[in-house]
Amino acid sequence: MTEKKMFSIKGSRKEKALVEHVAEVIFTVCAFFAVLAVISITAYMFINGTPALFQVGITDILFGTVWKPAAAEPSFGILYIILTSIVGTAAAVVIGAPIGILTAVFIEEIASPRLAAIVKPAVELLAGIPSVIYGLLGIYLLNPLMYKVELAIFRDSTTHRFTGGANLISAIIVLAIMILPTVINVSVSALHAVPRNQKMASLAMGASPIQTIFKVLIPHAKSGIISAVVLGTGRAIGEAMAITLVSGSSVNFPLPFNAVRFLTTAIVAEMGYASGLHRQVLFTIGLVLFVFIMCINITLTRILKGGEEN
Amino acid sequence: MAVNSVMNKKVRVSDNILLCLIYLSAIVAVGLLVGIICYVFYRGIGNLSLSFLVTEQSPTKGVMGIAGNIVNTLYIVILTLIVVTPIGVGGAIYLNEYAKPGRLVSIIEFTIEVLTGIPSIIFGLFGSVFFGQTLGLGYSMLTGSFTLTIMVLPLIAKNTQEALRTVPQSYRSGALGIGATKWYMIRTILLPSAMPGILTGIILAIGRIVGESAALLFTSGSGFYLPTPGFGLVRKLFESGGTLTIEMYLQMSKGEYDVAFSIACVLLILVLGLNFLTKVIANKFNVEKTK
Repeated sequence: MTEKKMFSIKGSRKEKALVEHVAEVIFTVCAFFAVLAVISITAYMFINGTPALFQVGITDILFGTVWKPAAAEPSFGILYIILTSIVGTAAAVVIGAPIGILTAVFIEEIASPRLAAIVKPAVELLAGIPSVIYGLLGIYLLNPLMYKVELAIFRDSTTHRFTGGANLISAIIVLAIMILPTVINVSVSALHAVPRNQKMASLAMGASPIQTIFKVLIPHAKSGIISAVVLGTGRAIGEAMAITLVSGSSVNFPLPFNAVRFLTTAIVAEMGYASGLHRQVLFTIGLVLFVFIMCINITLTRILKGGEEN
Repeated sequence: MAVNSVMNKKVRVSDNILLCLIYLSAIVAVGLLVGIICYVFYRGIGNLSLSFLVTEQSPTKGVMGIAGNIVNTLYIVILTLIVVTPIGVGGAIYLNEYAKPGRLVSIIEFTIEVLTGIPSIIFGLFGSVFFGQTLGLGYSMLTGSFTLTIMVLPLIAKNTQEALRTVPQSYRSGALGIGATKWYMIRTILLPSAMPGILTGIILAIGRIVGESAALLFTSGSGFYLPTPGFGLVRKLFESGGTLTIEMYLQMSKGEYDVAFSIACVLLILVLGLNFLTKVIANKFNVEKTK
C-alpha cells in the first residue's frame, strides 16, 4: 500500500513541495550571507574602534601628532598617519591614473589588433600578482636606489634622519605601479563600450584620430574611466603588505624623504605585539580606514548608477 | 602653391605630443609590469630546487624549505572553497532565479559590491576579532579560511550570476513546461549549463587566496610545520599556519631575500598557471568573467 502511494503523483506532491520550500529557504539564506557579513564587519569595526576614541579623546587621537604608543606616558595621535594615507594615495593616483588611462587608450585605439591581443591579457594577468611580490621588489630594488638619492640630497644636512631609502616616495611608486592593472583593465572596458559610430562620425567630420580620442572617446567613456580611477584609489588606500616594509618604520609628517606609516601599515606593523589601549587605537585606525573605504565605495556606486542612467 | 589643398596634411603638434605620451605610457606600464615578472624569475629560479619545495623548515637544524607552507596554502584554499562555493552559488541562484527585482535584490547586490571594495587588512582585523576571539578559534587554519570566505564570496557569487544570466530563458520554460519542479530544473538544467562560469569563479577565488597576505597575517598566523599524519591532519585545522605569501613576507622582513625571491617564483608560477586555466575554460566554453 505504502509503495503504491509513493509512486502516485498526488502522494509525492507534499514531499516535492517540502523540498522546493527548503531549497528556496536555503538559497535565500545564502543570499543574505553577504548582507550579514557587511553588517557584522561594520558593527565589529565600530565596536572595536570607538572605545579608544573616547578613552584617549577624539581630538587627541585624530588631531594629535605624537605617536608614542609604547612610551611610559603613551601618546596616540594619528593625524600624521591619516595624512600619510591621504597624501600617499593621492600622489600614487596622480602618477598612476594618467599612465593607466593612456595605456588603455593605446590598447583600445592605437595598437594593432595583434599587439592588443598580447598586451591586454598580459595586463589582466598582472592584476593577479600577489601584493607581497610588489613589496619585495620595492624593498630590494627601489629602496637602495632611493637611499642613493637621499644621500645625494641630504649629504650636508644635519637634521635629516636617514631612512635607508624606506620613505614616502618609495611607497608612492610601489602604489602607483600596483594600481596600474586595475586602472587599465577598467578603462579598457569603458573605452570598448563606446559605440563605434561615435568614432566614425568624428573621423568623418575631419577630426584627427588623436582629436577623436581626446574629444569624443574619452568624454564618452567618462563615467567608466572615473570609476577606474576610484577603484584604483580604493586599491591604493587599502594596500598593506606591499608597502609595510617599503615605507619605513616610524610615524612622521608625510614629506617625500621621511619614513612614514600609512593607516594600513601601522596596523600590520604593530598589531603583532600591541596590547591594551595600543591595540584598541590600532582598531581605531582600522575604523578610519574603513570609513574612507566606505566613502569611496559609495562614490563608486553613485558614479556607476549615473553612468547607467545616461 | 597648394597651401590650402586637402592633399596637404596639416601636422598638428599637439597630436604628436599626445601620441608620444600614449606610447610612452604604454611602454612604461607594460615594461614595468613585464619587467617585474621577468626579474622575479631571474632572481628566484636559481635557488629553486625540489628539496626546497618538499622540505619542512626547521630553524634548529638550519634547514630552509617550504613544504609546510605549501600544505598550509592547500588547507586554506580547500577549506575556503568548501565553505564559500555553496554559499556563493546559492546566493547567486536566489538572486537570479527566485528573487523579484526590487529593493531587496539591490540591497544584496550593493553589499556584494561593498565586500569587493573592502581592503584585505580590514577582513584580517574583523576575522581575528570575530572568528579568532569571539568564536574562540584563535590563530588557526579555520579562522583564516572563514575570513577568506567572506573576502572571496563576491568573486563566486558574481561569476555564478553572470553564468546563470547567459543560460537561455527557453531552457527554464522548457523544463518547467514538461513538469519539472523549480529545484529539479535548477539542479539538472541550470547548474550544468552554468558550470564553466562557476568554475571560472572558483579558479579566480583560488588565485586570490593564494596571493592573499594581509587578511591571513592576524587570522591563520605564521606556523611552518607539516601536520602529523593521522589525527594531526584534523588537529591542524585548529593550529596556526602561514601560507606561502605569509612566509615570503616574514622572510623578506628578516632580509632573507634569496628565500623570498624563490617563494615569489613559486607564487608567480601558481598565479600564472591559474590564470592560464581560466583562459582555457573561457575559450572552451565562451564564458564572461567578472572580477
